Amino acid sequence: MSRDVTIEAPLGATAERQAVIASTNAAPGGDWVIVTRGIKREYDMGGEIVRALRGVDLAIRRNEYVAIMGPSGSGKSTLMNVIGCLDTPNEGEYWLNGARVSSMSDDELARVRNKEIGFVFQTFNLLPRATALHNVELPLVYAGVPAVERKKRAREALERVQLGTRMDHRPNELSGGQRQRVAIARALVNNPSILLADEPTGNLDSTTSEEIMRVFESLADQGQTVIMVTHEPDIAQHARRVVVLRDGLIASDERRSAFVEKLGVTA
Amino acid sequence: MPFFEAIRLALQQIWVQKLKSFFTLLGVMIGVTFLIAVVSIVGGMSRYMTDQLVGKIMAINSFEVRQRPSINIGDNSEEHRRELRRRPPIREADVAPIVAVLDPDTRWAAVGVGSQPAESKYLAKPKMVRVFTVTNQYFDIKKMEPVRGRLFSPQEYEQTSNVIVIGQDVAKYYFPTVDPVGRELVVKGLPYTIVGLMETQGSVFGQSFDQFIIAPQTSPLNRLVNVRGVINSIIVQTSSREGMLGAMEKVREVMRIRRHLRPSQPDNFELQTSESALAFWNKIKSYLVIAGVALPAIGLIVGAIVIMNIMLVAVAERTREIGIRKSLGARRRDIMSQFLVESATLSTIGAALGVATGFAFAKLIALVSPLPAAVELWSVLVGISIGAGVGIIAGVYPASRASRLDPITALRSE
Repeated sequence: MSRDVTIEAPLGATAERQAVIASTNAAPGGDWVIVTRGIKREYDMGGEIVRALRGVDLAIRRNEYVAIMGPSGSGKSTLMNVIGCLDTPNEGEYWLNGARVSSMSDDELARVRNKEIGFVFQTFNLLPRATALHNVELPLVYAGVPAVERKKRAREALERVQLGTRMDHRPNELSGGQRQRVAIARALVNNPSILLADEPTGNLDSTTSEEIMRVFESLADQGQTVIMVTHEPDIAQHARRVVVLRDGLIASDERRSAFVEKLGVTA
Repeated sequence: MPFFEAIRLALQQIWVQKLKSFFTLLGVMIGVTFLIAVVSIVGGMSRYMTDQLVGKIMAINSFEVRQRPSINIGDNSEEHRRELRRRPPIREADVAPIVAVLDPDTRWAAVGVGSQPAESKYLAKPKMVRVFTVTNQYFDIKKMEPVRGRLFSPQEYEQTSNVIVIGQDVAKYYFPTVDPVGRELVVKGLPYTIVGLMETQGSVFGQSFDQFIIAPQTSPLNRLVNVRGVINSIIVQTSSREGMLGAMEKVREVMRIRRHLRPSQPDNFELQTSESALAFWNKIKSYLVIAGVALPAIGLIVGAIVIMNIMLVAVAERTREIGIRKSLGARRRDIMSQFLVESATLSTIGAALGVATGFAFAKLIALVSPLPAAVELWSVLVGISIGAGVGIIAGVYPASRASRLDPITALRSE
């Protein structure tokens, strides 16, 4: 595995770019989980307009493991919020699994978040007074799944991340690594299209960070589409494709050489 | 989020902050307590007035022709009392004209009342007793039964006879250890034979109704109580309420003619029904009802304001939690219903507690006072529904604020 040999694949030439260009108002087909076109997002911060995203074109296939990198202020958090349907862009289109999300209502977005997206946050964001099991159950509660089946699926999700014995513990009784694993189980319980992780190892020590990265890798191996936002190059290296943002635009989009052939993309 | 889940979540949330939740629902609890307590007390007083007070004195579907009311609850201004005393009394001579206009199946009785000292051979010390002289239908109308001995025979009503029946207190005073039937009491030098002992009549506000002796109108006692032909009252009882109202008007006409009253002059006699006796109480009752509505209303309004404010604080404290839930797929209405259910559950629990304390209060009143204060079911149902309603109304604004939080900003807080 030669990690230090990368092949420059400027956006203009990749299949991704072709996909983006091709989808003029038509939903992109089949394999493309995420396609964005010209995403712009601006905020009014006390009179001054901050342009967080200035026209982002991105295309991500099923089963990709992508890291989105960039310095603070690059817009990576904003892009994550847009991809995660927590935020709507001012301009541009976003298709998630073929559905045009950028024009959806609040309720529809909530449904998409519930069914298609699994969030993992830097600060874990677990409900402090609920057990691990109940935390993992929560997306299923909002999906209307009845109690018995809910508990079963939540238990299975916790077992997938090796927390089968800690189900009835509260977050304050778990270590940082365990908490993040609960968050990952919660993110996966509804079989989402994408797993969206925002600085997942930001609050963990290096050993635990490696542990969590191994979990992500095994999930990616099992076929889960994983998108990770990070500012640390060490962490970004675990992914198989790195998209770098700068000043609200994509500066580079590279693939690890070892995986290029797997994906069958010509540079 | 399904309803049952939301309730479970709400109860969990309330239980985690028991003390704070308690203070939050205190206003609603106090409001409902007032409601239950006031309704039960007013209900008890009302029942006491109608059954115990008036019911004992007035028989059903009956009215009394009197000089002045025997039950005067309130309205005791000096000039009103003077006016009452100035009225001409009812006389024995009024009986025949009144009876003449009554239907044949209407019962009537003429009653004379006075107080006299009575003695017995066994007890040196005489005591004042109430003396009633009555005509033959009196006991039927009043539904009075003897517990020992008998009532008067038709002959005893027609001819002069020295027979009496006595009340329980009289028996206890003069004949504590022996059967009074057959023995004698002496009033103003004349002996009277006791033929019957009457059942207890009870007491009202501490005044006993059992210190009486009753004799037929033909008895010599009549001269003592009906001085110069004056009698206390004429009781008329009909078989129905409509009949009573009709008879009342006929009797009123007879009396007005006898007393030469012009149409513009008011009656100078009283036709007392249980309603007229209760008229003043009903007026008081309406004021009590106003209090009974105002006090709980104040408690509930305060309770609503408190709940709304505490829920606003709760929403602010749990902003991050709301952000998390929204990121997991909670829609606006899920968040809204979560908080609405919480405030409604809180206030319903407050109302239920209010019912319990109101209940305890009513029981306490019934124990320490003669009032039969009993909790009325409708007030419990109203209390709990209003309690729940208050929680929903108070919770709308905070819940709607919560539902409209932007998930991204919410996630960043704390």
